[in-house]
Amino acid sequence: MRVGLPRTLWYFTYAAFWRTFFTGLGAEVVTSPPTTRQTLDSGIAACVSEACLPLKIYFGHVIELADRVDRLFVPRLVSVDGRRVFCPKFLGLPDLVRHSGLKLPPLLDVTIDRRRGPLFLWRACRHLGQSLGASSPRIVRAFLAASRAQRAHTARLAAGALPAGATPPSWPRGRLTAEANPPIRVALLGYPYLIFDEYVNLGLLKKLRALNVEYRTVETVPERLLRKQNRFFQKRPFWRYSDLVARAGYHFLGPGWSEVDGVVHVTAFACGPDALVDKLLELEGERKQRPYLNITLDEQSGEAGYVTRLEAFVDTVRRRVVTGSG
Amino acid sequence: MGPYSPAFRHVFAHLGWEVLVPERPTQDTLSLGFKNAPEFFCAPFKTTLGTYIEALEAGAEVLVTTGGVGPCRAGHYAQVQAEILRRKGYQFEMVVFEPIARDPLGLLRNVRRLNRNRTSIPRLVSLVKEALQKLACIDQFGEELRRLRPRELRPGQAEAVYDQVVQALDAAESRADIERVRRQGLEAFRAVPNDPDRPILKVGIVGEIYVVLEPASNLGIEKMLGEMGVEVHPSITLSGWTAENVVTEVGNSAKRAAAPYLGALIGGHGQESVGNAVLFARRGFDGLVQLAPFTCIPEIVARGVLPAVSRDLDLPFISFFLDEQTGEAGARTRVEAFVDMLWQRRRAKEGAV
Repeated sequence: MRVGLPRTLWYFTYAAFWRTFFTGLGAEVVTSPPTTRQTLDSGIAACVSEACLPLKIYFGHVIELADRVDRLFVPRLVSVDGRRVFCPKFLGLPDLVRHSGLKLPPLLDVTIDRRRGPLFLWRACRHLGQSLGASSPRIVRAFLAASRAQRAHTARLAAGALPAGATPPSWPRGRLTAEANPPIRVALLGYPYLIFDEYVNLGLLKKLRALNVEYRTVETVPERLLRKQNRFFQKRPFWRYSDLVARAGYHFLGPGWSEVDGVVHVTAFACGPDALVDKLLELEGERKQRPYLNITLDEQSGEAGYVTRLEAFVDTVRRRVVTGSG
Repeated sequence: MGPYSPAFRHVFAHLGWEVLVPERPTQDTLSLGFKNAPEFFCAPFKTTLGTYIEALEAGAEVLVTTGGVGPCRAGHYAQVQAEILRRKGYQFEMVVFEPIARDPLGLLRNVRRLNRNRTSIPRLVSLVKEALQKLACIDQFGEELRRLRPRELRPGQAEAVYDQVVQALDAAESRADIERVRRQGLEAFRAVPNDPDRPILKVGIVGEIYVVLEPASNLGIEKMLGEMGVEVHPSITLSGWTAENVVTEVGNSAKRAAAPYLGALIGGHGQESVGNAVLFARRGFDGLVQLAPFTCIPEIVARGVLPAVSRDLDLPFISFFLDEQTGEAGARTRVEAFVDMLWQRRRAKEGAV
C-alpha cells in the first residue's frame, strides 16, 4: 500500500507526524517531488482559475502523485488548537480534490478538528488506521511514534532548521564580502508552504544568504512569546497560519526587535488572509518606524522585480544598522 | 448595501440621529475604495471603504457596521477600514455589531452608545420589529420586480414602480403604515401590464452576500438577465439572512443539500452557494449564476465543486468573480451567450418530449 503526501500546504508543518504514522501502519509513504515549473503548470490547468497560487500548486502535487500511489492522503484540516481554523481552502480540500474531475486514486479523507474534543487526533488516526485494515495495537504504536516524531520536528524547526522535504539552499556563489556588507538579520514571515518551497519563492533563502542576511522564521518564535502578542486591534485573525504570522510579525516589530533588523513578509498572489495580515503588519511597521517589506509571489515567477526590491530593502536596513539609527 | 436603506434609516432616525444614507455606490465610490484599499482585499471591502469616505466627506461622525467571526475575512473589515480611514485623517467613531451570542455585552454597549434619544427598551424593540418588517417588505417588492421584468409588456415599467414603492416605504412610520404601503405596492405591481404566459427561463443566483445584493457591485446582473427574459431567483435576501444568522447559526436545508459535495462549513457563503445550487436544480431551474468577489476563498472552493453539481444534476452554471476590472460589456456578452445556450437546451428538451 503506497500512501501519497503532496509536498506543499501543511506538509512542512505536519509531514513528520503523518509520514511516521503511515509507515508505522506498514504503508509505504510517497512524497511528491519538490515543486517545479511543471508542477505549477499542471496545477494551473487543473484548478479553478480564480484560486490562489498555493491551491494551484497543491493540485500540481496531487497530479504528480496520481499514478504513483494507491491512496492519496487529503485530510480536512480544520483546527489544531480549538480556536483558530485553517483557511477555507484547507477546509474544503477533500471536496475540491474529489470533485476536480481528475483521475485519482481513492482519497484518505479524515477531519482534523480540535473542537471535537481533546482526543481529536487519536480518533482521526484510529479511523484512518481502521480504514487501512491495521490492528488496534499497531495503530496505537504508530500514533505514539508519530507524536514523538512531530515533537522532534517542531523542536528542529524552532531551532531554525529547515523542515525535512524542503530544498536546502546551497551556499551561493558570488556572496558579498562580510567586511563591506556586515551581516544583518531579518524576520522572514510567511506560511511554511511559501517559505520552505524553493521553487515558489524563487530561491529566496539562497538570495538572502547571498546578500549576507540571516533570517528568522515564524517557527523559531517560542509559542509563549507568540501568545503574548494579543493586540490585533480588537480581533485576532481567524485562521491558524495567518494568526501565527501576524503574531510573529507583532513580536518582531515589538518586543522581539532586538533579534532582527527588519521584517520581510512573503505572501501569495490572490491570498485573501494574507491581504489582511499584510495590512496589519504594514501599519504596525509604520507606527513603529521599522523597516517592513512585502514580497508577493505569483505564478508568473518573474524574479527580477522582487530581487531588486529585496536588494533595495536590504541596503536600507544595512545602512540603518551601520549608522546605528535602527 | 443594496436597496435596504429605508429599514436602517428608520431605526437610527428614531434613535435621534441624522442619518446619512450614502448614495448607491457609483463608479466614483468604487474608485475611491480601490485607490485606498490593499490590492487583494475583495470588492465588498473596497466598495464599503469608498462608501465610508463619501459619508465622512459629507460630514458623518459615526459609522455603523457589522462584524463577524469568520472564517470569512469580512469579520475583520471594520477594524482595518477604521485604521485606514484614521490614517487618512478622518475623525469618526465606528460602531461594530458582532453576533449577539459571541458578545452580548458589546451589543448592549453599542445600543447605549447609539441611543441618543434615550428611547425606552420597549420602543427599541418595536423599532427593530418595524425595521425587520421593512426589510421583509423590500424583499417582497424585489421578488415582484424580478417576476415582472421578463414578462412586462413595456420594459422598465416594473422598475419604475419598484423605485416608487421603496421610496414610499421610506416615509412609512408605524407598522400599520408599512403594511399599507406593502399592500399598495403589491397592487401597483399587479397593475403593470404583463404577459403571464410568455415563455421564460428560470435562473438561480448564488454567491457571496454583498455582491449578490448590491447591484452596483454585480454589474446589475439581475436586471440584465431580467431584460433577456429570465426570471431571477437570488438565494440570499437580507430578511431571510437576518432570520437565519442573527437568531440561529446556519442550519438550513441548503447545508444539508451541500453535504454530498462540500462537507464542512468553509466560511462566507461557500457552503450555501453549493447547497442552493443543489436546491435550484431540484426545483427544475434552467441555470445558475454564481457571483463572487475576486479573491473570495469560500466562493473559490464552491466554484471548485460546482462543476460536479452541474454534471450530476444537469444544471448549467456560469461564474463571475468580480473586481474593479470586470467590465459591463464583457459580462453582458457572457450572460447573453449563457442565456442563448439555456434557450437551446430548453428547446432541445421540448423537442425531445
